[in-house]
Amino acid sequence: MSKDKPIVYPYIPNSAPAIKEEMLRAVGAESTDEFYKDVPEDLRFQGHLDLPDPLLSEAALKRHVEGILARNRAVGECPSFLGAGCYQHHVPAVCDEVNGRGEFLTAYAGEPYDDHGRFQALFEYASMMGELLDMDVVNVPTYDGFQAAATSLRMAGRLTGRRQALLCGTISPHKLSKIQDYCLRAMDIRLLPYEPDTGQMNLDGLREAISEETAAVYFENPSYLGFLEAQGSAISALVHEAGSVCVVSVDPLSLGVLAPPAAYGADIVCGDIQPLGIHMQFGGGHGGFIATRDEPRYVMEYPSRLFGIAPTRVPGEYGFGDVAYERTSFAVREEGKEWVGTAAALWGITAGVYLALMGPQGMAEIGEAIMARARYAMVRLDSISTVQAPAFRGPHFGEFVVDFSASGKSVADINRALLARGIFGGKDLSQEFPPLGQSALYCVSEVHTQADIDQLVVALEEVVAE
Amino acid sequence: MSRNIMEERYDGGKPRLRRFHQARWDEPIIFELSREGQRGILLPEVEPGIRDVAGDVLDTLPEGLRRAAPPALPELSQPQVLRHYDRLSQENLGTDLNIDVGQGTCTMKYSPKINDRLARSPKMAELHPLQDEATLQGILEVMYRFEEILKSISGMDRFSLQPAAGSVAIYVNASIIRAYHASRGEAGQRDEIITTIFSHPSNAACAQTAGLKVITLYPDEDGYPDLEALKAAVSERTAGLMITNPEDTGIYNPRIAEFVQIVHEAGGLCAYDQANANGILGITRAREAGFDLCHFNLHKTFSAPHGCGGPGAGAVGATQALARFLPVPLVAFDGERYHLDWDRPDTIGKIGPFYGNAPVVLKAYAWAMSLGAEGLREVAEIAVLNNNYLMKKVLGIPGASAPYAEGKRRIEQVRYSWQGLAEDTGVHSEELGLRTADFGVHYWTSHHPYVVPEPCTLEPTESYTKDELDEYADILAHVAQEARVDPELVKTAPHRSTIHSIEHEPLDDPERWAVTWRAYRRKTKSYPRGGE
Repeated sequence: MSKDKPIVYPYIPNSAPAIKEEMLRAVGAESTDEFYKDVPEDLRFQGHLDLPDPLLSEAALKRHVEGILARNRAVGECPSFLGAGCYQHHVPAVCDEVNGRGEFLTAYAGEPYDDHGRFQALFEYASMMGELLDMDVVNVPTYDGFQAAATSLRMAGRLTGRRQALLCGTISPHKLSKIQDYCLRAMDIRLLPYEPDTGQMNLDGLREAISEETAAVYFENPSYLGFLEAQGSAISALVHEAGSVCVVSVDPLSLGVLAPPAAYGADIVCGDIQPLGIHMQFGGGHGGFIATRDEPRYVMEYPSRLFGIAPTRVPGEYGFGDVAYERTSFAVREEGKEWVGTAAALWGITAGVYLALMGPQGMAEIGEAIMARARYAMVRLDSISTVQAPAFRGPHFGEFVVDFSASGKSVADINRALLARGIFGGKDLSQEFPPLGQSALYCVSEVHTQADIDQLVVALEEVVAE
Repeated sequence: MSRNIMEERYDGGKPRLRRFHQARWDEPIIFELSREGQRGILLPEVEPGIRDVAGDVLDTLPEGLRRAAPPALPELSQPQVLRHYDRLSQENLGTDLNIDVGQGTCTMKYSPKINDRLARSPKMAELHPLQDEATLQGILEVMYRFEEILKSISGMDRFSLQPAAGSVAIYVNASIIRAYHASRGEAGQRDEIITTIFSHPSNAACAQTAGLKVITLYPDEDGYPDLEALKAAVSERTAGLMITNPEDTGIYNPRIAEFVQIVHEAGGLCAYDQANANGILGITRAREAGFDLCHFNLHKTFSAPHGCGGPGAGAVGATQALARFLPVPLVAFDGERYHLDWDRPDTIGKIGPFYGNAPVVLKAYAWAMSLGAEGLREVAEIAVLNNNYLMKKVLGIPGASAPYAEGKRRIEQVRYSWQGLAEDTGVHSEELGLRTADFGVHYWTSHHPYVVPEPCTLEPTESYTKDELDEYADILAHVAQEARVDPELVKTAPHRSTIHSIEHEPLDDPERWAVTWRAYRRKTKSYPRGGE
């Protein structure tokens, strides 16, 4: 950096000295200091911020950042069997093409006229999700599935005027942590017991816990631990009998083959759209959906924006706008439902592209393919004498718990040994669910070939025998 | 002699206004494009070796868990899907395309393309958050280094990068304030948050969501938050102050340290909403003003693109005394290796899955590294110069004003008022905004309620040339003049946008609103046609 020559920053057009001078003259200012007269001297930061020297050229910046990123080892360099809320699926190139377009990528909050495209794309996203979920109302995405679950529970609390939420005991401890913080002063959270051999909700436990205090009962399909909850209808019947709201979190990618929760009585369905054409990005690709029936009492409890279709003054022209905007914090600040803000719109558009590419046939095929591959992996892993897979009896979707307790080895040691062989093993559950012993949550998707799974099985045979 | 086309583009030495027309594809809803049997993408075949072992997996599903009828998704070929979405994208005015000074408070600056490229690298995009830390040293280093940068910019001691956007960061501030008072046995007693009407509505809404009561201060005659009102508001019930500075008016509150002191003396904490810190980078910091907490929006000040409304990222900074409450995990460095620190017993817990929007953090890091200390200060100074330059031009338009602090400079944005013009012409600010769309730019009024009558909030950032600021001001002057000579033209705008005036009534009518195509079809009793 030359001291005598001022830097003209490519991102800052008016940093060119002559232009800067011209503009200062135009406003009658000696220097930019004049604009800060209201900032008292003792609040002025003296000197220069203690920051690394800048990388002024794009080439140097690229080299620097790529140099750091090279220290990562990404999925794709080695087979990965990690899931637990972030999923490796094939991302169609068209998804990346659309969300990379500057018109979408760099837009924000324009009117339904100059930003017609994003309104229509997000309306279509909600419409396709509505078909998948068999529900008429779907929000513009919130931040992630955690937020969607927490908000669904608070919606149920407001709908019923009750405080208690009963949650399946197999929920992820991290999601539970989020929900507890988010509902701290609004709801009382209680976990329900589950059957140790199948993971299914203990219905006697539910009967015992549910009362006229209960706002919501929450469970997941597939569950965090991979098994499917098969008692949906029985649960929702008990919930409705108590005048409570049945909230179900679901993996949208499973719904080409699995029944939508509305079919077994769910009132609010929520989840995460990351599996729908969005890269894992170290957990930076999440978006949350909330879906309900089209009843005003439900609609009016959403904090999110809801984009509706409306006529314009030209016949045959589709227009869009905010449905029931007055319920939002944008309209009425603290009188609104929770809050609304920047969340995950670009991922909503992307998930719409994904569903349009997949269609009904693609969604059916991917669901079946994931189940088949997971089933194959479970059978093969279970054939290792000291390994049990799945740890829970019953049908699963793409994830399942593998119990290594009989091997005498810890999951941590096993995963280290797998990593040495170039494989990312499943998520260690030994801290989160101590009753499961040395167990790990494994995930298989349509991207895993038979050879990938066989490679895992061979490696594990060696590792547990060592 | 042939015509001089270039000269024809000028009028009295000035370039004529752009004869803009936005793309109008008149694009059908995607379901209307569907034809039975088309495919947009094919999946890898399931190998026979897997089939033999797995059998018919769908048969293993218990009754009630198997989907009865396929979802009625559209059936499209791949080029159709691409064309449809590319057309919709053309009907959307990204910052890449326009002089985006009209979305005030949103800091619509240039998002450097190199940073997007870097974030799309497989070394970023294909990382699973639960991988062994040994395989994640690169991204953890980026997060660690960026935290160091934010520490310098703010003077705070620790940062969490977990909040998925600005409002989540505001919520985290509220949650930490709540946790702090609970840790001192005052959870029940201290339940009031004080904010100002010119702070973002999420300060009020997030505090309310966290179970705290909201007290809103209004400005004094000069547009500063009212100090006397603050003194009257604090009490033993005060949990904290959540405040923006400069506020949405672009006015910096010079008594901010006094505000903080008054709240501290009452036993409350102070959180600085720095979602938009664009005008004060390197000028003034949260630390010196005495704040306990602050937050930045990485998709505003730090250049990450807004994505039509996310993904963004919020970064919450805390003093040493409050760092123990930050969400888990934080990123730590032991001198050799980066790791995730989960061992923080007083944490408010998890605020979202995993560790936040890492690609957004990466873009913000790259942006800050491309500028350094001097460059960040240049960002602030030029953003403020641009704002004051634009203000001079706008205030030269008859009917425009900038209420409060008359004759004073503003920081990074201004909330103008068109009250004068409205009184003269009957044309409202919203209507002026829709007419500006005919010239290819955005325009935003203000958050509700409209404390400034007929409001319009402009924020030029550092990203636009002098000529572009002139063009934006010329558009406003032109539209304001149209309001005087042909108000109907303005009131019926837009005319050259993708669509025309929307009928709003159905959007508030439960009988007619439709958030999905299936609801619309049901409510309008439309029948299948074409390929559906």
